[in-house]
This record gives sequence, C-alpha cells and structure tokens, in this order.
Amino acid sequence: MKRPKVLATAAAGAVLLSLGLSACGGGDDGDGGDGNGATAKFDAGTTGIVNASEKKGGVLKMGMSDDFDSTDPGNTYYAFGNNFIRLYSRTLMTYTSKPGADSTKSSPDLAQAPGVPSDGNRTWTYKLKPGLKYEDGTPIKAADIKYAVARTYDRGVLGKGPAYFATLLNAGDYKGPYKDKNLDNFKGVETPDDSTVIFKLKDPFAEFNELVTFSGQTAPVPQAKDTGSRYALHPLSSGPYKWEGDYQPKKGGVLVRNTNWDPATDPNRKQLPDRIEIAAGLEGNEVDNRLLAGTLHVDLPGSGVQAAARQKLLTDPKLKANADNPLAGFHWYIPINVKNIPNVECRKAIVYATDRDALYRAYGGEVGGELATSIQPPNVAGRQKGTDFYTQAQVGYKGDVAKAKEALAACGQPNGFATTMVFRSDREKEKAVAEAMEQALARVGIKLTLKGYPSGTYTGEQFGSPAFVKKDKIGLGTYGWAPDWPTGYGYLQPISDGKAIVSSGNSNPSEFNDTQVNKLWNDVVKLQDPAERDKVYNQIDERMREQAAYIPNVYAKSLLYRPTTLTNVYYHAGFGMYDYANLGVTG
Amino acid sequence: MIAFIVRRLLGAVGLLLVVSAVTFAIFFLVPKAAGVSSDDLAARFAGKSPTPAALAEIKERFGLDDPVPVQYGRFVKALVAGDTYDTGTQEIDCPAPCLGYSFRTSQSVLDQVVDRVPVTLSIALGAAVLWLLAGVSIGVLSALRRGTIFDRAAMGIALAGVSLPIFFTGLLSLAFIVYKWELLPAVNYVPLTENPAKWFSGLILPWVTLAFLYAALYARLTRAGMLETLNEDYIRTARAKGLSERTVITKHALRATLTPILTIFGLDLGLLLGGAILTERTFSLKGLGQLALDGVNQSDLPVVIGVTLTAALFIVVANLLVDILYGVVDPRVRHS
Repeated sequence: MKRPKVLATAAAGAVLLSLGLSACGGGDDGDGGDGNGATAKFDAGTTGIVNASEKKGGVLKMGMSDDFDSTDPGNTYYAFGNNFIRLYSRTLMTYTSKPGADSTKSSPDLAQAPGVPSDGNRTWTYKLKPGLKYEDGTPIKAADIKYAVARTYDRGVLGKGPAYFATLLNAGDYKGPYKDKNLDNFKGVETPDDSTVIFKLKDPFAEFNELVTFSGQTAPVPQAKDTGSRYALHPLSSGPYKWEGDYQPKKGGVLVRNTNWDPATDPNRKQLPDRIEIAAGLEGNEVDNRLLAGTLHVDLPGSGVQAAARQKLLTDPKLKANADNPLAGFHWYIPINVKNIPNVECRKAIVYATDRDALYRAYGGEVGGELATSIQPPNVAGRQKGTDFYTQAQVGYKGDVAKAKEALAACGQPNGFATTMVFRSDREKEKAVAEAMEQALARVGIKLTLKGYPSGTYTGEQFGSPAFVKKDKIGLGTYGWAPDWPTGYGYLQPISDGKAIVSSGNSNPSEFNDTQVNKLWNDVVKLQDPAERDKVYNQIDERMREQAAYIPNVYAKSLLYRPTTLTNVYYHAGFGMYDYANLGVTG
Repeated sequence: MIAFIVRRLLGAVGLLLVVSAVTFAIFFLVPKAAGVSSDDLAARFAGKSPTPAALAEIKERFGLDDPVPVQYGRFVKALVAGDTYDTGTQEIDCPAPCLGYSFRTSQSVLDQVVDRVPVTLSIALGAAVLWLLAGVSIGVLSALRRGTIFDRAAMGIALAGVSLPIFFTGLLSLAFIVYKWELLPAVNYVPLTENPAKWFSGLILPWVTLAFLYAALYARLTRAGMLETLNEDYIRTARAKGLSERTVITKHALRATLTPILTIFGLDLGLLLGGAILTERTFSLKGLGQLALDGVNQSDLPVVIGVTLTAALFIVVANLLVDILYGVVDPRVRHS
C-alpha cells in the first residue's frame, strides 16, 4: 500500500522542546474498555489498547505535514487514507478493529457476512445489513455500491485509487459513468434487489474478500449525489462522522457526529469525540512539537516521528513510556534490475558482498527495523521466515567476499563490473544505504556510481520507469513496499508478476519476469484454500531471492507517539499505524 | 502622474504575460529535456502501477499530449475570456480572470489564491511595519553614535540577523518561546475580521522572526546611508545656517537616506506578498508561499502559474507605489 512521499522542505535542523510530560497512569478509566487494556508503557500500544475508555466528548486533533492523496473513498490508495476514511465511510468489508494480529482479519461492515463465492471464484455475492443510512437519513442501497465501483473505471477523473476492480471485473470495455451515464451498461456488478451486490469476475480470484476489505472503493455513492472529481471535497457520509462544510485540500477540515449512523450495525467503530479537526500542510517538526505538547493528538500518515523527536523520545523515559515501536508493514529491500544485470551469477555476487550490518545500522538499528529474511514482511499472513540465499540476516554480518568473488568468476567478470545505484536523495537513510553498498561492493571490484533523485519523482519517473532504468543502466536501487492487503498476493504480486511491469510508476523495478513465477501467479488465484495459497506465495518469495533479483534488507519499524490525552490507542497491523476509527480524547 | 501610472500598469500586463510564458516553458520544457515523457507526467496524477489505458485517459483529460504553445494559448484564453472545467458530472464555470483549475485539489486556482492572500498579507505587512521601524531607528542611532558600544552591539546583532536563516530562528523561537517557556500562544492564523486579538497574538512570532531578519539588513543600510549623507556639504550648510540638530537629521539626512531604502523596501515587500515561503512553512501558515510550495511539489501547474502571476503582480504594484512615494520623500523627483 502506498505511503505518502516525504515532503521536501527547505527547512533543516530543529531544536525540540523539553517538555516533561508525565507518563500516563494508563489503564482503563473504569467506564468501559473491552478487557484488552494495557498500561501506558513503551510499546504497550503495539499489542494492547492503551487508555481504554468509552468516554464521549472533546475534540480530536489530527494533523500532517502533507495531505491525503484524496478524501474520496474511491480515489485514495494511501494506507492512512484508507484508515482515515473509516470515520465517514463504510465499505462492504473492513479490517477488524482489534489490536495485534487480529486487526489484519476481514470483518463485515455494510455486508452481513463475507462475500460468498460461486462459479469457481468468479462470482462474489454480498448481502447488505438492514437499516443502513447516509448522513441525510436516506437508505443505503446496493445500487449505490454498484455506482461507487463503476466510477472507479474512469481513470481520468479518479486516477489515484486502486485499479483492481477495472482489472478483475467482467465489464467489457466499460468506461465509467461519466462517459456512459446508463448504469445498466456496467455489467461487472449486478444488484437484483436493494440489498444484494453481486460481483462478476473475468477469471477466478480467491482473495476478493481481502480486496474488498483493503479498498475504500465499495463505500456507497448515490449517483445523484456524485460530483465527480469534486466529490472528494464533501463525500456523503455513511460512517460515524460527517463533514462540516467542505474539506479544503492542503488546509484541512472538520468532522462532526453523524446522527444517522447506527452503532448497532457497526462493531468496528466508536463515535467518541464530538469533533475531529484535521490540519494539513504543517511543518514536519511542528507536527512532532504539537504531538509532544499534547496540542495535536494524531500524526495522520502514521509513519512515526522525525529524527529530532526520535532522539528525544528514546532518551527521555517519561516520553518513551508513551511511544510504540511496531513493525510498520514495510520492507526496505533492494531490487536488482535483471535486464541490466541479466547474469544470475553477477547478481549473486552483489548479494554475497552486501554488508547487511551496515544497512541495518543505516536504518537506525534495533529501533529502525528488523533484519529481513524473506521478501514478505512478518505481518503478511502465512509468510514463512525463509532460507537465507547468498546472505545472512545477522547483526554483525558483513558479507562473504570470497563467495562474491567466486560468483563473479562464474559470471565471467572476475575483476568485477560497473553499474549504477539510485536512491531518494532527500532520504538520509537511503543515502546511507547506497554509500554502504558502494563500499561493500568495492571490496570485490564492483564499482557503483550513486545517483540520487527526489522522492516525488523517484518511483514514477526514475526507478519506476523501465525506459529510464535502461537508459541510465541502473543496476540496483533503494526501495520499499507494504502490502495492499496482508497476504502473499497483496504483497508480492505487484512487485514480482511480469504482468505488473508498466511504463511509468512501475512497482517491479527489478523487472523480474520469471516464467516459473508468472505461472504460479496465474494458478494461485484459483486455489480456494488460503493455506495452499500461502505455500505458493512462499515458493514465489524463495524464487525471487534464489534468482538474486532482490536483496532482503530491513523490515521497517516506526516510532509512534501517543499523547496522554488520547484514549483507545492501539497499533492496527492492517493499516500499519494506530486505528483512527476508535480513538477518543480526555478533557 | 496618471499617465505615468497607466503606462506602468500597461507595462505590467506585458510583464505578467512574459512571466506566465516562462513559467509554462520551465514546467514543460525542462522536464522534457531531462527525459520526462508525457506518460511520466500523467503518472504523477495516477495511482500505483497505472496501466497504459489509465495513462492515456489522464493525458487526454489534461491535454498533456498537446503542444506546449496550444496549452499556453488555452491558459491565456481562460485568463481573458474565462473557461469551463469538467468534473465528470458537471461543468464548472471559471469566469475571467480565470487562473485555471487545479485537478489535484478540484478547486479554482483564483479561489485558492484569494483564500491565501489575507494570510500572506497579514504576515508581510505586520513584519514590514516592525522591520521598518526597528531597522531604520537602529540604523539612524548607530550612525549618530558611530563607534560606541551601542553601535557595535547593534551592528553585531544585525549581522547575526542577516546571517541566520528564518527556518533556524523560526524553529528555535517556536521550540523555546512557544513550547518550552510558553511566553506566546501557538502560531495560528485567525482572520482579522473574525477576532483581531487572536489575529494579533497568533502572528506575533512570525512577525518578530521575519522582522529580525529584515530589520538587521535595513539597520545596516540605514547606518551606511546616514553616515554617507552626514558627510555631505548640504548637511554642513544646514548646520551652519543654525538649524537644530533634530531638523538636520530628520528633514535633511534621513530623508535623503530613505530613497534607496524605499527602493529595496518595495522589492522586499513585493516579494514577501508573493509568498513568504520559508516563514509560512516554518510556522505552518497557509499563505501564498505554502500554496506555491505545494503546487511545485505536486506538479500542479495551474497553481504554480497562478501564484507566480500573483507574486509578479504584487512586485509590480509594490514598485509602482514606491515610485509614487519617491515624489513624497525626495523633492527633486517631484519637481522633475
């Protein structure tokens, strides 16, 4: 799943406040909680609910240094966007609102139960709960969900969200309701009555429930209320909150209680604060300052505090007690481009020579992440730890120079070769990784030329553009990936399936297009048993590493801060950050 | 004078057209020279791993495959005659002067600019009053007390003010004055018309921080100008005629010194009105500078051009005002 790019600012350096925030007394305040409460201490929010409470009232303040990709549920891809829209949008399925591993499981939301497959996983049927309403009191109908899915077909108007429906549904050359206003012409979804939604797929796809869970694109939109690209400014609410006025991109907006939301139909959301204020475009260090001062409750992107606040949190025990350090769902791996380095022995030499210890430290050591073994990170269901191919995931492991030289000899380049490594120039950690790779590979005669590019264009126009990779003879680069949904398909398919290679914004910069793996991708979606699918995903993971097309590096950990005034705080592994739909505030 | 103003305004229109053309060229031609294709440009508006069909739809909607002159022609036409924009379900009217429509934010650029101007105006004018008062006063006093401890201390502080970037002094003052010592409330923009007290208290820190930088510069300029002027023959003559020292300083020396100060003030104020980017970013204020930064970061051409033209307009107007003020400050201009 996408995460926001780090906004490049001219500002550098900061002096942070020295507030002596006391560690929260924590625990249940006695008026609620679900028995899974945790005392406020370091990392308590990773596995349990901190400050569990049912107390209503107050203003929840959320902020961010950049902005949402979109507040339209049909047009957002960012993990934090999908987390945030749950405050005002309900979808057929959603993630379970629980701490720990349970949060990655699907839970019916508008639907009464998970979709029922038929026709060999080509047809998926959902039944809506009775009594569901929009903010204006009108009933939510199956046709509104059909329309919501139909509008995602127009990539010119809604281009930022996932394109899975347009790829999977059997809708011919349907162009979307903005070009063809007759919804009957959209054959990908059928609605025989007001409470039944039937998805018709071209090919079998076993993980359709997972797809429906991850994406906001089944949030209902009545055709008469759709304002096209401007719908993002004021989406009609089906959730516990509704917009007060329009959302102002780059500035913010306000959510207030939706009185037509019925909590009896919604086990995954609470409606605790009276208001939720969102401020966009704050200076990065100012976000951390406000969090530590308690004047901001949530840093929306959920990727953790910046360097200055990180040091402060880790060295002040009182502040550290209010911090969590979970695995964030990302794997910062290093793709090796198989077109520019086609000989597998040459790629093996790179992996053998890699100084894993230096890369681990570049990402901040123990607090920054865990040494990776498999390509799939630990939050992916059914993922196996995997065998180390040509490297060792151990602190202190500096690479195997002798084996690297043997591999170079086998590839016909005993004296090494030259290639280019790219990285995001505004990310210090990636720069450090590139420099560590340069030093490590120089030991065996592989000369790296390092080139940095801005985050804003890196994954779209440089490392994400096969033409650019070819022109600049790029051999490897820094990269990170988090799953769309936490299964092997949600993680691995976009980065290893030959079909996923595209001309711009390519998520498979290795250009790994392996016949064996491509066949596995074609077959796996027909398997009904999740355990059987997991076996195939682990096979694919092994093959990617065995072909030395990817260097496993570090599973990212984020350092999150929860102000003492925030209640019901827990890390949600499905989103890779705190769960925003259940937060409350004291005072 | 009226003919002069009309001439300058007509010149300004030509200048703004040149500015918009250059911005257009930089936005499209520089990336093209660096190998960025129209597919890459379209991918900036698309989600993850966009298909060729999705890229084609985006290119068609935004006209990214049209030649740059055609796109520029459309922009100028909208500026003069207005335009309509398709949101998918409806056509949105954008009356002249239409600065364009942001497909990133689904808002008219002119609306965004108008929304941000009061913030930037508040920051720039408040700071300008402070730095003019402080800078000119300190400069005059330093010149009159040349070589004293006051002069050395003032010029030392001025040197620090000029040397320290706003993001350093801004972040430092936020960390200590707002968060640690809690001497001032958190920086926040509240419209003047809504609550004058909160407008004032919310902007004190950006004013002071910005004024610290500029006052330092103006103090050094004023001091140098005063020292030079005080050595002029006409000052000696004024003193010989028996005028009071106060009259000599304020009516003769300071007046002559102010002419170059005004020139620089016009440029500085015009630039700031076009967007105090670092100040707005540092203090998280949503002014024109922040809008420009967001536009650049998101490759939102209509916003970039809209803010650039607004900034250019401010500079032109500020300089026009300065030219008119010359006549007030310097009798030689008035009489010529």
